[in-house]
Amino acid sequence: MIAEKTGLSKADSRLVMSFMWVTFISLLIGGLMGLLQTLVRTGNFNLPFGIGYYQILTVHGVILGLVLTTFFIIGFQFALMAKTVGMTNKQRKWAWASFWVMLIGTIASAIMILLGKASVLYTFYAPLKAHPIFYFGLTFVVVGSWIACFVNFHQLYQWKKKHQGEHSPLLAFMVVINMLMWFICTLGVAATVLIQFIPWSLGLVGEINILVSRTLFWYFGHPLVYFWLLPAYMAWYAILPKIIGGKIFSDSLARLAFILFLIFSIPVGFHHQLLEPGIDPMWKYIQVVLTFAVIIPSLLTAFSMFATFEITGRQKGYTGLFGWFRHLPWKDVRFFAPFMGMVAFIPAGAGGIINASNQMNQVVHNTIWVTGHFHLTLATTVILTFFGITYWLVPVLTGRKIDKKINTLGMTQTIVWLVGMFFMSGSMHLAGLLGAPRRSAFSDYQGSAQAAEWIGYQYGQAIGGSILFIGILIMLYNFFYMTFKAPKGVEEFPIAEAPDGSEPTPLVLENWKLWIGITVVLIAFAYTIPFVDIIQNSPPGSPPFEWPIGNG
Amino acid sequence: MHLHKYEKIWMASGVGTLLVFLIVLGIGAFYQGTQPPSCMVTLDPQNVQAHEAFKEENLGLQQLGEKEYTLNVLASAFNYNLGKDEDGNNVKTIRIPAGSKVMFQATTEDVIHGFQLAGTNVNMMLEPGYISTLETTLDNPGTYTLICNEYCGTGHHLMTATVEVYEE
Repeated sequence: MIAEKTGLSKADSRLVMSFMWVTFISLLIGGLMGLLQTLVRTGNFNLPFGIGYYQILTVHGVILGLVLTTFFIIGFQFALMAKTVGMTNKQRKWAWASFWVMLIGTIASAIMILLGKASVLYTFYAPLKAHPIFYFGLTFVVVGSWIACFVNFHQLYQWKKKHQGEHSPLLAFMVVINMLMWFICTLGVAATVLIQFIPWSLGLVGEINILVSRTLFWYFGHPLVYFWLLPAYMAWYAILPKIIGGKIFSDSLARLAFILFLIFSIPVGFHHQLLEPGIDPMWKYIQVVLTFAVIIPSLLTAFSMFATFEITGRQKGYTGLFGWFRHLPWKDVRFFAPFMGMVAFIPAGAGGIINASNQMNQVVHNTIWVTGHFHLTLATTVILTFFGITYWLVPVLTGRKIDKKINTLGMTQTIVWLVGMFFMSGSMHLAGLLGAPRRSAFSDYQGSAQAAEWIGYQYGQAIGGSILFIGILIMLYNFFYMTFKAPKGVEEFPIAEAPDGSEPTPLVLENWKLWIGITVVLIAFAYTIPFVDIIQNSPPGSPPFEWPIGNG
Repeated sequence: MHLHKYEKIWMASGVGTLLVFLIVLGIGAFYQGTQPPSCMVTLDPQNVQAHEAFKEENLGLQQLGEKEYTLNVLASAFNYNLGKDEDGNNVKTIRIPAGSKVMFQATTEDVIHGFQLAGTNVNMMLEPGYISTLETTLDNPGTYTLICNEYCGTGHHLMTATVEVYEE
C-alpha cells in the first residue's frame, strides 16, 4: 500500500536509506573535523594524541566534499529515478553494487588518512605523495559513481523505449544531465589518478608531470561543484513548487537551464589555475569567459523561482505587491531550509564572480576568503537544500510522517545553521581580504603585525564553527528521529507538475546527441591547444615527496 | 519556447551586464597589461641552481637601477631562501624603498608553494619546474608578511619572510 502511494518500493527505500546513512555519518565525522580546525586556528587549542592539523583538514575535505555529497546525491537521484521512471530488480542490483564499491573505496582512503599516510588534502598536491591505497580508494569511489551513472542512463533509456515520442519526466531528465556531466568530468580525474598518480606512487615511474596533473584535476574540480549544485536545483525547480502548492514555472526553461549547465560547467577549469605558471594567459581568459557563461542558467533559475512563488501566491488570492511573498509557507521547513539556501546563493554567487575574475583573482587566491565562499555555496546553499529534501525524503523512505516536532526542530536547525555560517563565513571573507591564507594551521608568522590582525576573525570562525557543530548535532537527531521515532504514516513524495495549457516542451531539448556533441566540442576548444602546449613545454617531472606530510 | 516579457528584460540586462564586465576584464588584461602571473619559463626542478637567477649568490634583492629591483626567491619546504647577508646569515627581511618597481621571481626546488605578500596584490603559485614572475610597484610604506598560502606539508604555516617598504 505504502509503496503505491509514495511510489517507492520497500527495496528502493532500503537502497536510498543506505546512501542516507553514509551521508549523515559523514556529516558527523567531517563536521567534527571542521570544528577542530576552527578551534586550532584560535591559537588556544592543540590537537590531542599527536593528530596533525593537515590530517583533519584532509578528512574534512574528503569526507564532506567528496563522500557526503556524492552519497547524498546518488541516493537522492536513485529515489527520483525510481519514482519517475522506475527501477527494475536488475538495475537495483547494480545500484547496490555502486553503493558497495563507493563505500569500500571510502573506507580504504579513510584508513590511509587516519594513519597519517595521506595528508595531501583532496586536491592531491603532487608531488606530495600519499600511500597508493589512498589513490586506489578514491578510484573506487569514482568507479562506484560511474556504475550509478549507467544505472540512471539505463533507467531513462528503458522508460523512453516504453514511451515512444513522449517527453521524459523532468526530474529524470535532470538526473541524467547531472550524471552525464559527472561522467564526462570524472574522466579527467580518473586519467590523472590512473595514468599519473598510481604508477608514480607505486614507484613504477620515477617522476610526475605536475602541471598536467593539476590541469586534469581542475578539469574535474569545477564541474564537481555543479554536480553538488544541480541536485539542489532539481529540488528548487521541480519539488519546491509542489511544496508551496503551485506548479512548475516552465518545463522547457528548466530543461534549458540544465542543458546550459552541462555545456558550460566543464571547459572552465583554468579559473582555478589563474595564478599558475606555464599556462598561456589568453587561454586563461577564454576559460574565464566560459566560466561566466554559467551565470546565464543561474539567472534563469532565479527568475523561475520567484515567478513560481509569485504565480502561486496570486493564484491563492494574495494580492498587493508583496502579498504573495508574505504568504509563502515560511513555517514549513521543507520550504524554509531550501529558500534560505537560495538567499545565501546571492552573496555566494557574487563572491564566485570575484574569484573567477581573471586578474582580480590575485587579490583573493588561496586566502581564506575562498574558504568562506564555498562555505556559502556548498555548505549553505547546497546543504540547506539537501537538509530540506531530507525532511520529506527520509519519512517517505521509512514510512513515517513529518510531525510538528520535526518541523520545529528543522526550523531551529536551519536558523542555527544560518547564524553559525554568518559568523564563520563572514569572518573568513573579511580575514581573507586582509590576506589571511587558507589551508593553514595557526601561526603568528614570526610575530607579524598583519597576522595579529587576523586573530579576531579566527575567533569569529571558531564561534561560528561551534554554532554550526550544534546545528550538525540537531540535524543528526532529526535524522534519527525521522528514521526510528516519527509517527508511522504515508508522507507525500512531492513532485510538481507543469502548468495546465502550457506549450509543449520542444523536442530538441531532448536531443542527447546534439547536447553531448556541443559539450565535447566546447571542451575540445577550451582545452586542446593549451593542453598540448603544456605537454610540449613541460619541464622535467618531479619525484615523489613523502617527508613534508610527516611520512617517512 | 515561450519567454515572458519580464524574463526577456531580466535575461537581457543580466547578459548585458556580464558582457560589459568581461570586456572590462579583457581591457585590463590585454590592453593595460594586468595579466594574471603566467610565466612560461621552465627549468629542471631537481637542479634549479642551473638557472642564473637561482644561483646561491643571486638570491635575494638585486638592484637593477634607480628604484628598480628584482627579488629572486627559492622556495622549499618550509622556507623562502632570500640569500645570505654580509655575515653569512640567512636573510629573513627584505628592505625596499617605497615607490620601487619590483620584479618578484621565484621557483621551488621541491613541492608546490604559494607566494603571497599579504596586503598587496602579489600572489602567485610556485610549481616545480616553472619560474613564476610578477612585477609590481610597491608604493605604500609598511611591513608586509610574505606567506606560503598553498599547502606544502606539516610546516606549511611556518613558511614566511618579511618585506619592509620604507620611506626614503
